[in-house]
Amino acid sequence: MIEIHGLVKKFGDFAALGPLGLSFGNERILTVIGASGCGKSTLLRLLAGLETPTRGQITLDGERIDGPHRRISVAFQEPRLMPWLSVAANVELAIWDWPAEARRAAVEAVLRKVSLTAFAQALPKQLSGGMAQRVGLARALVGNPRLLLLDEPFSALDPLTRVRMQDHLLEIVGDDGPNVLLITHDIEEAIVLSDRIVVLDGPPARVRRDLRIDLPRPRGRASAAFQEIKELLLADLLPDRIDAAHTVAA
Amino acid sequence: MSELLLNLVRPLGVPWPARGLAARAQAIVRPLIFPALILLVWQGAGSFRLVDPVLLPTPTRVLGALYEMLVSGFLNPHLAISFQRVLLGFAGGVAVAVLVGALTGYSRFWRSIIDPTLHALRTIPGLAWIPMFILWLGIDESSKVVLIAKAAFFPTYLNFMSGIARADRKLIEVGEVYRLRGARLVTRVLLPYSLPFLFVGLRQSMGVAWLVVVAAELMGASSGIGYVLLDGEMTGRAQIVMACMIVFALCGKTTDFILARLAHRVLRWQDTADRE
Ligand SMILES: Nc1ncnc2c1ncn2[C@@H]1O[C@H](COP(=O)(O)OP(=O)(O)OP(=O)(O)O)[C@@H](O)[C@H]1O
Ligand SMILES: [Mg+2]
Repeated sequence: MIEIHGLVKKFGDFAALGPLGLSFGNERILTVIGASGCGKSTLLRLLAGLETPTRGQITLDGERIDGPHRRISVAFQEPRLMPWLSVAANVELAIWDWPAEARRAAVEAVLRKVSLTAFAQALPKQLSGGMAQRVGLARALVGNPRLLLLDEPFSALDPLTRVRMQDHLLEIVGDDGPNVLLITHDIEEAIVLSDRIVVLDGPPARVRRDLRIDLPRPRGRASAAFQEIKELLLADLLPDRIDAAHTVAA
Repeated sequence: MSELLLNLVRPLGVPWPARGLAARAQAIVRPLIFPALILLVWQGAGSFRLVDPVLLPTPTRVLGALYEMLVSGFLNPHLAISFQRVLLGFAGGVAVAVLVGALTGYSRFWRSIIDPTLHALRTIPGLAWIPMFILWLGIDESSKVVLIAKAAFFPTYLNFMSGIARADRKLIEVGEVYRLRGARLVTRVLLPYSLPFLFVGLRQSMGVAWLVVVAAELMGASSGIGYVLLDGEMTGRAQIVMACMIVFALCGKTTDFILARLAHRVLRWQDTADRE
């Protein structure tokens, strides 16, 4: 379980987040949505140990998080690959402290998972955007994390690649994969992927809505239930527009 | 002009490679036109006695002197000692620059302690150090090498430090997420990131090293290209002086070329439009 208690983050005088409480871990994919600037990335960075909380705490299975944790990994909005390292070496960076033999095997396995075996020795500059993003995902997965944090990982991709990557993510996460916390602006992506959606208000970021998604998989976007959830969420995100759902859908 | 020639000799039916060849030939020829013109005027002025050939020896005379010194083996030991001074000084200065630059680039604390002092030292004119080094280290090799090392230090230090200090925060965060800290973060992220900056610094340092070796050898030496040059001046043989100038130019160009090739190879990963 990941438990967040009374979490507050201030940048100087500016309250970016909280107080916020949330606990998750039973669902495979938890998605966080919210208006731009509401504090989603701040939440993710706190979980990643890249920011220190002003108040409150985060625990992973009872262990307090106060910095980057070996069982928590991140894939960012951009691939953030080291341009001087090959694909394989980039992935290997995440498990630099493993023994060499284990490293090699793990890299090979995870590259197979993201279908990039043929590009193991390629340099980042030789990859397409989607491939680079898959390498970023592979790097986040290779250490066998307990919690995988994804900050708009597909937002820079074209719509077709994005759908591919969503399928890919479901496949990769599977049943024995990590817990995933996904941030996205794409409401449909959220509904297709998640077992639970948390809508944030802010800044400072607070939970506005906490929604379980029990739709059967694979999820068709045309179903009435799907559309109903979508309208609900749109109304959350654009509260000042009574006809929000129709405006955005049109 | 060259394109015209190449077009004339080009066999019919193979236009494309020939066109590429013409473009390349043009790129080589064009920068040579101006110096060729100067050489021509210079040679003419000397041959027709428009200037005193003792003061301005003709290009053919200079080349002749150079050829003479090379073939007779006279220049070899001087060339060797100059190279030795440059390379030793360069290696020493650059090694310290990399270590100190990594420290001050990585740690704001150490930067605030060390960097201002180094900048203050840098404002002292390089030549003003020579008497001091001679007093401290004597007139032999070590004072020259240290003088070169001191000069070679700064370009590499400044470039490398700012490369490290300005490394992409996004990549550093990746390192942090995977628990790279301190020296590990430096060697795995910051150092490779700043390699392009380092090479800019290395090439500048090498250039400065050649500049300073001349100064050092002119100040008092019994060997080295600078010494040969000074000797040429003392004995009124301008062609020797000019031949030495050419040797310095060639040496500097050669070492720079080697560093440029090395940079090209090491920085293959860079995603830049390769315009060099
Ligand atoms: N390092 C920082 N210093 C000061 N303010 C910050 C910092 N990081 C974020 N903020 C502020 O905190 C608020 C939340 O930022 P955050 O990046 O978490 O938003 P977000 O929900 O991820 O937005 P988006 O959807 O556009 O990515 C913003 O108003 C931002 O200006
Ligand atoms: Mg964000």
